[in-house]
Amino acid sequence: MAGNTSEKWQGGLLGWIDARFPLSSMWNDHLAKYYAPKNFNFWYYFGSLALLVLVLQIVTGIWLTMNYKPDAALAFNSVEYIMRDVNWGWLIRYMHSTGASFFFIVVYLHMFRGLMYGSYKKPRELIWIFGMIIYVALMAEAFMGYLLPWGQMSYWGAQVIISLFGAIPVVGDALVEIIRGDYAISDITLNRFFALHVIVLPLALIGLVFVHIVALHEVGSNNPDGIDIKKLKDESGKPLDGIAFHPYHTSKDLVGIIVFLMIFSAVVFFAPDMGGYFLEHANFDPANMTATPEHIAPVWYFTPYYAILRAVPDKLWGFILFVAAVLLPVFLPWLDRSRVRSIRYRGWMYKSALTVFVITFFALLLLGLAPAEGAYVMLARIFSVLYFAFFLLMPFYTAMDKTKPVPDRVVYHD
Amino acid sequence: MTKLKKFASLMALGACFVTTQGYAAGGGGSHMKPAGIDPDNVASLQRGARNFMNYCSGCHSAQYVRYNTIGKTLNLSEEQLMDNLMFNADKTFETIQTAMPAADGARWYGKTPPDLSLMARARGADYVYNFLKGFYVSEASPTGVDNLVLAGTSMPHVLWELQGYQAVNFDKHENEDGSVTTTFEGFEQLSAGSMDAEEYDDFARDTVNFLAYIAEPIRSERRKLGVWVIMFLIFFFILSTQRKKQIWKDV
Repeated sequence: MAGNTSEKWQGGLLGWIDARFPLSSMWNDHLAKYYAPKNFNFWYYFGSLALLVLVLQIVTGIWLTMNYKPDAALAFNSVEYIMRDVNWGWLIRYMHSTGASFFFIVVYLHMFRGLMYGSYKKPRELIWIFGMIIYVALMAEAFMGYLLPWGQMSYWGAQVIISLFGAIPVVGDALVEIIRGDYAISDITLNRFFALHVIVLPLALIGLVFVHIVALHEVGSNNPDGIDIKKLKDESGKPLDGIAFHPYHTSKDLVGIIVFLMIFSAVVFFAPDMGGYFLEHANFDPANMTATPEHIAPVWYFTPYYAILRAVPDKLWGFILFVAAVLLPVFLPWLDRSRVRSIRYRGWMYKSALTVFVITFFALLLLGLAPAEGAYVMLARIFSVLYFAFFLLMPFYTAMDKTKPVPDRVVYHD
Repeated sequence: MTKLKKFASLMALGACFVTTQGYAAGGGGSHMKPAGIDPDNVASLQRGARNFMNYCSGCHSAQYVRYNTIGKTLNLSEEQLMDNLMFNADKTFETIQTAMPAADGARWYGKTPPDLSLMARARGADYVYNFLKGFYVSEASPTGVDNLVLAGTSMPHVLWELQGYQAVNFDKHENEDGSVTTTFEGFEQLSAGSMDAEEYDDFARDTVNFLAYIAEPIRSERRKLGVWVIMFLIFFFILSTQRKKQIWKDV
């Protein structure tokens, strides 16, 4: 064994470790000799940024739990205690609340990148599916976290969302009771949401992110051209269009991280409420189960689906479409029949469909924030139809769409 | 570089597409006047603190706010705090409690007067400003007054000595379908208070300024710190772009 290590490294501490743990080979397999396409563009920052936000949320979350009290009588006070009396508590709390919204901004842009460049297509179906599970887990994590400050919007937002499960026939009411652990949202609900928010879901998220990256490193990254860089290699076996993840992409991602932190800090220090969208005004009133707020809206990152839910007059069908809207993207790898991955080599049909889809998503987001009245109801219905059409008609328009030939080597577009 | 600019602007856009709605949380309508508070005006905050302790704290607590926190921001010494603001507290680390027991408040007014620590953040500064200016004489109410911003309020017009009493003019317009639309036309002064309209506006503005301050005492400090953080990040950004260029030379 000793001879083996001296071949790889010059002994020393690293040699000692390598004989017992594959440190050097892990370093090489995932960083120094992991070759990623050299033509990554703007859209490729959001994977590393999502990882950064996950770490930020976990670290700030740990510090918040040191002073937060998951007790209906104390929760609201303990958050104000953190905001006022704990040294730097305000900064940690604002980072955590801002981080929640930025997590979704980053993840939505990361998912949009996949749509543009066909990153979910063979052989990356599993990466996409793991990613979608991460997204659903993140929604649960954010939803449960929002109850913890125990403000009016925490309480009534949770009330509305949990009651949705009551629409399920036969088991609905029992299910709602199981989720709440009580006949109404109460101290019991707060306690179990706290447990799920700080232990179960973060653990699940970390595990899922791990397999997401393992699957990615197995097949390698896609790129804006959607070409397979592993097809053309030099004599040493390095892809011609690939560069080592470290130091090339790490140095590039660091720049992206700093730009991200500038924008993140601008919100944390200058507009932590974000005009009532990141921290809703009504959440500065303590939860009161006898006073329903005039207008209950979930936080902005849930509102596209909330708009779809409200667009359907029937409660059960509303719930079904709500769930379908969240889960439909899981099937993208099989809905998309196109021969090419990247939008650069697709025809006008997919380009138009994706453009309409982006507009639809933003429109639903805004409609979900507004009260469901007047013309908004009809608009929400139209955009809901467009939302589903993007996915359900995809097998047809992607198969019919004329594609351009894909080059062998990556192309730069500036 | 252009890619980075695109990155920055897109991130900003992603974050900002929802910022159109400002501080106008809660109820109210077109008759709401802007509070026009200045959180950096220490003199105004000091007057607001005086107003709050003299006119509000008899019934309303500010249970999350410590006197020494106020002292630090408003440049008040421990002695000044004790002599001018602390009517029912001995130590400066205490929070602002009201002398009136909550149960008595509920019995006397029908509702316990709410804690005011976060009122300006929950309802918005404009809301509180217009609430303070919105009391009008109403025979139907047990307190003799109602409020334009919060109809049916249990709060009496505590500031009548300063503002005097005013009547409200509503225009009642009958629609074709028989329903009635009520629009606010304006106030009419019935009896004079010790202040004229402008002085009372200033009084309300200072008080709301103080309420907005206690809703988030750290506000001005976080903004000051934010400038340094962003400056540090700009410096770090320059270093990291140079480093990236150096490393990418052979790509």
